[in-house]
Amino acid sequence: MRFTRQTAVALLAVAALFSATACSSSDDPATAEKDVEVFTWWADGGEKAGLDGLVAQFGTACPDFAFVNGAVAGGAGSNAKSVLASRLQTNDPPSTFQAHAGAELSDYINAGQVEDISAEYTEWGLTSAFPKGLIDNITVDGKIYSVPANIHRANVLWSNKTVLAKAGITADATTLDAFIADLDKLKAKGVATPLALGKDWTQVMLLESVLISDLGADKFTGLWNGSTDWKGADVTAAIEKFKKLLTYSNADRDTYDWTDAEKLIMDGKAAYQLMGDWEAADLDAKGFKDYGYSVFPGNTGTFQWLADAFVLPKGAKNVAGTKCWLKTVGSAEGQKAFNVKKGSIPARTDVSSDGFPAYQQAAMTSWKGDKQVPSCAHGSACSQGLQGAIVSAAGKFSTDGDVAALQNALAAAAAQFAAKK
Amino acid sequence: MRSWKRPWLSGLLLISPSLILLGVLVYGLIAWTVNLSMQDRHNARESKGFAGLDNYVNLFTADINDRFTHSLKNLLVFTIVFMVGTLVMGLIWALLLERGARAEGVFRTAYLFPMAVSFVASGVVWRWLMNPGEGDDAGGLNAVFGGLGLDFLQNPWWTDPDWGMAAMAVPAIWQLSGYVMALFLAGFRGIPNELREAAAMDGASNFQLYRRVLFPQLTPTVLSAMIITGHMSMKMFDLIMSVSGAQWITEVPAVYVWQTLLTSDYAKAAAISVFLLVVVAIVVVPYLIHVNRAEKRS
Repeated sequence: MRFTRQTAVALLAVAALFSATACSSSDDPATAEKDVEVFTWWADGGEKAGLDGLVAQFGTACPDFAFVNGAVAGGAGSNAKSVLASRLQTNDPPSTFQAHAGAELSDYINAGQVEDISAEYTEWGLTSAFPKGLIDNITVDGKIYSVPANIHRANVLWSNKTVLAKAGITADATTLDAFIADLDKLKAKGVATPLALGKDWTQVMLLESVLISDLGADKFTGLWNGSTDWKGADVTAAIEKFKKLLTYSNADRDTYDWTDAEKLIMDGKAAYQLMGDWEAADLDAKGFKDYGYSVFPGNTGTFQWLADAFVLPKGAKNVAGTKCWLKTVGSAEGQKAFNVKKGSIPARTDVSSDGFPAYQQAAMTSWKGDKQVPSCAHGSACSQGLQGAIVSAAGKFSTDGDVAALQNALAAAAAQFAAKK
Repeated sequence: MRSWKRPWLSGLLLISPSLILLGVLVYGLIAWTVNLSMQDRHNARESKGFAGLDNYVNLFTADINDRFTHSLKNLLVFTIVFMVGTLVMGLIWALLLERGARAEGVFRTAYLFPMAVSFVASGVVWRWLMNPGEGDDAGGLNAVFGGLGLDFLQNPWWTDPDWGMAAMAVPAIWQLSGYVMALFLAGFRGIPNELREAAAMDGASNFQLYRRVLFPQLTPTVLSAMIITGHMSMKMFDLIMSVSGAQWITEVPAVYVWQTLLTSDYAKAAAISVFLLVVVAIVVVPYLIHVNRAEKRS
């Protein structure tokens, strides 16, 4: 008897274990049709404020639907991405999710997880509201899969005005050679590390800016669509310049995140830092006023963009609701509500710059007139796999400075991931 | 109903839940991973077919910058420094305590305690201690060395391209030495006193006592300590992620799996995982067999 009772208890325990996992809450059908679950990694700070602004606009524009916040915090989006991947694999997509516009979306497009919304682009007038360069960058085989909510600029050079003034630098350099001359001046004045730099991905950003300077906007974009050869002599020359720039940077760069490098600027230990324009909002938030900004030397007239965008997942439960959300995201009102608070600029060119801070007003002007090129470090130019390979190669280059090895690795990565499409 | 009374059947039924769970969640998933590692599946889409051992071969021949062999080299440096470090430190502490130190319990706890701290928590602290800045920018241990006038001791820690992984092993040594010490102490205590007395009767010096009598008895302890620290080291992930984050200089296979998985290259991630599993098994399984036989003999 003793054994059988134990057996029963054991069986019961196992049964309880299985039933606990099997039991899950079912959606109430009445509210499910109204709900629009928006999956993001915007959980706090300016991003959350921007999302709130967008939600308020959504409430006005789409009174039939209810916003449900599906934000997953942490890890600069990597936590959210892994949650999203598992939800997409189990065919349980949110109504819409956040993704970087451009090539990073190709993983979802190739997997057939997002729908073509080119027809809606025409219907909502987005085709003419967004600059042509952006439309070209996000069109894949004639189809568009996402609505950008904002635009950030990657190729901005930030500086500490006092440090520059002490070294007698009054004008922004407009060529790489002039920039290197300025860095030499700073070094001569005792600034040990004139250029503040962080770990691998921030080095990729710097490399990309140097490539834009040396190759020009069109050939740079060609690197990502296969029309420019990574093995060319012009790329070698650019990598050599990148190597030279590294010599002006802090030796412990691989231990730094971008905010650590930013602190070198704030402390006056470094003069320059290349970083995306989220640095403006961050410096403002930290109360540092003595900063200047200019486009990276040699990048004048080129706007290297990255964007957060929303998509229509295949199998979304509430397609009408998702489309209303996407329409709000793409609308002038929605873009303004979101971007004023997030510290980025609208992707549309017809939004009035009134009410935006000074840096953003300047960026909005450039966005209209400049040539748009994508960014690999931030996913608009390359898929996640290619990005991972390039970031790793940059990390290696930071330790060994082997120009030929970096160029070979970049070429091999581009070839490998182009073949995988 | 007679059969229900048979003790072996009840026993089997009792352990069957754990057997089933283990079978599905451990061995079933290992089989699933092995299968995945032999598929042509390098993005979020379905597999494009069976690829045999291609993914394994590619790790060694077609990986950009030889990234995988680089991660293995890093792991090798880390493992050797970690194993030797914990053995040496653990043995020294055990010898000190074994001699009958006063307040032995306090010291034992103090040495053992770091093991209770998670690798993530200690990693965050060691990240700061091993700040690679030198001279005026020095922080953490480098600043301490600078303050003591020992500037020559300042070093780049884990950012050194060749020996950085040796520095990465320092926090791990700090955490696990106490555990190895406990193993050694247990080993020393397990040696019958008669042996020591006999050695003393034969006029053995202290050195001879340890060298000829006690240390040979500790071989099984050393083996256990090496297996335990060795397999921990091969799976090292959390410490490295919190000290350096995922990046080239300190990449080991476990971190590489993570990076690969984030880019949806499922087959490659599975191949690295299986490779790691096989390497660990090569180390652990013979040991388990050995222990099993030893237990049967006694």
